[in-house]
Amino acid sequence: MCGIVGLLLKEPSLREKLGELMAPMLIGMTSRGPDSAGVAIFTEPAKGGAHKISLFWGEGSADWTRLAQEFAAQFDGKHRWMGTGQHATITTKAAPDEIRAWLESSAPQIYVLSVGKSIDLYKDIGAPADIVARYGLNEVQGTHVVAHTRMATESAVTPAHAHPFTAGEDFCLVHNGSLSNPHLVRRKLEPLGIRFVTDNDTEAACRFFEWRMREGDDLTTAVQRGFTELDGFFTFLMGTDKELLIVRDAFACKPAVVAETEDYVAIASEFRSLAHLPGVRHANVFEPKPEEIYSWKA
Amino acid sequence: MEGVKQFDLAVTPLRDVNRFLHREAAAAGVRHVHIANADGAHSIAAGCHAPLDIVVDGHAGYYLGGMNMQANITVHGNAGPGVGENMMSGTIRVGGFASTAAGASAHGGLLVIQGDAALRCGISLKGGDIVVGGSVGSFSAFMAQAGRIVICGDAGDALGDSLYEAVIYVRGQVRSLGADARFEPMSDADFEAVRELLHKAGINHDAREFRRVASAKSLYHWNADANQEY
Repeated sequence: MCGIVGLLLKEPSLREKLGELMAPMLIGMTSRGPDSAGVAIFTEPAKGGAHKISLFWGEGSADWTRLAQEFAAQFDGKHRWMGTGQHATITTKAAPDEIRAWLESSAPQIYVLSVGKSIDLYKDIGAPADIVARYGLNEVQGTHVVAHTRMATESAVTPAHAHPFTAGEDFCLVHNGSLSNPHLVRRKLEPLGIRFVTDNDTEAACRFFEWRMREGDDLTTAVQRGFTELDGFFTFLMGTDKELLIVRDAFACKPAVVAETEDYVAIASEFRSLAHLPGVRHANVFEPKPEEIYSWKA
Repeated sequence: MEGVKQFDLAVTPLRDVNRFLHREAAAAGVRHVHIANADGAHSIAAGCHAPLDIVVDGHAGYYLGGMNMQANITVHGNAGPGVGENMMSGTIRVGGFASTAAGASAHGGLLVIQGDAALRCGISLKGGDIVVGGSVGSFSAFMAQAGRIVICGDAGDALGDSLYEAVIYVRGQVRSLGADARFEPMSDADFEAVRELLHKAGINHDAREFRRVASAKSLYHWNADANQEY
């Protein structure tokens, strides 16, 4: 079991309340996913073509000040660091691939959670309410979020195994369910030079969709290909800087409820995570039908 | 109104409400219970076993009215997965849609869903009646053993797969029938059954628009020559 949560704010004036509206949704899914949680937040793009890179300090206590100094010695230009506990975000014009390579050799205890112009990503182990408090997720602002509460069934409980998973830039995916052929997918992608960072089944789906988008598919087309390539149970919720998308497998074993108003699209595994939202009594509430793709533009 | 007990789930824990329904309502002479702010809570009014009239405002979560005996439960909203699962008697009415596995394994009573029911509606039905005002999702009435399902809209794939003695009446399109399910002629008794169930449900359709789906019973006995191709 796991919980999925998504929220896209159509009404611009609500965007400063994104975290305030989202946090109870995430905490509401605690019983479905008490061991880990994660939130991907999409914001206005970083200015001047800069990238935002979310990092997690895996082993030992984080010293972002020291890392920022070492980083500044390695990469030219101005870089902005925001560190909270084990998590940090850098905003920089340095090339993401070079940063990734430098981190692997100089700071292997750190792993990259997300890369993009719009995405910020937080994920960690612990109860959703603790993670919200740990990173101040009730105060985030932005256009949309993709979030998850995890009850691990097929791989370890670590921050890296928590959802959302990311691949490429400004793309993330959360999953309720389990895939039965992730190793097959992985064996297909790895010879193409696609690297995996965990043994988690969801990562295979995430990297498959991102690979298809790099090959020229839009996200909807990539998901349609997934119906034949990915075997198993899934409710997938995905975010890019431009859209929020949900799809369920043909058997629709894993729940999802959507509430849409003029102001927002809110998605959760269960209605109890939507009940607090303003105007939800008059929202169009529905369950996504199996193998139908629902997407909303940010 | 005398004998009406009001609850607000935003204030009173669900466990207290259900305890009242199970143990205290009869002794207090309460027949009517109103529950406000369902807000997706699980197992609202599950396990009732007294002739109570219960009205729930808002969308309910999993297992609303599960195992119900005797109570008449009305939800002004949608119902989550497993509404009325294993119901024994009484009535459950859902004003909106119902999620997956509505009326699963119900032994008796009547479940009315005004809107659509999602996949696996009436799975393993054991004697209850279900009336769906809208359409049902795939795999509905899977292995249903006894009871009746009236579908006023359409049905998804594999309707009535591996049916036993339950009977389905469907008004709209059927995307596909499941293994061993077949259309059969409507008898006078079938038309009368549809009329009776629609009347009880308060849904208005002409019984002559319905078709009967029942078991061909070819799976009742093992056939070594079938080569697992059903």
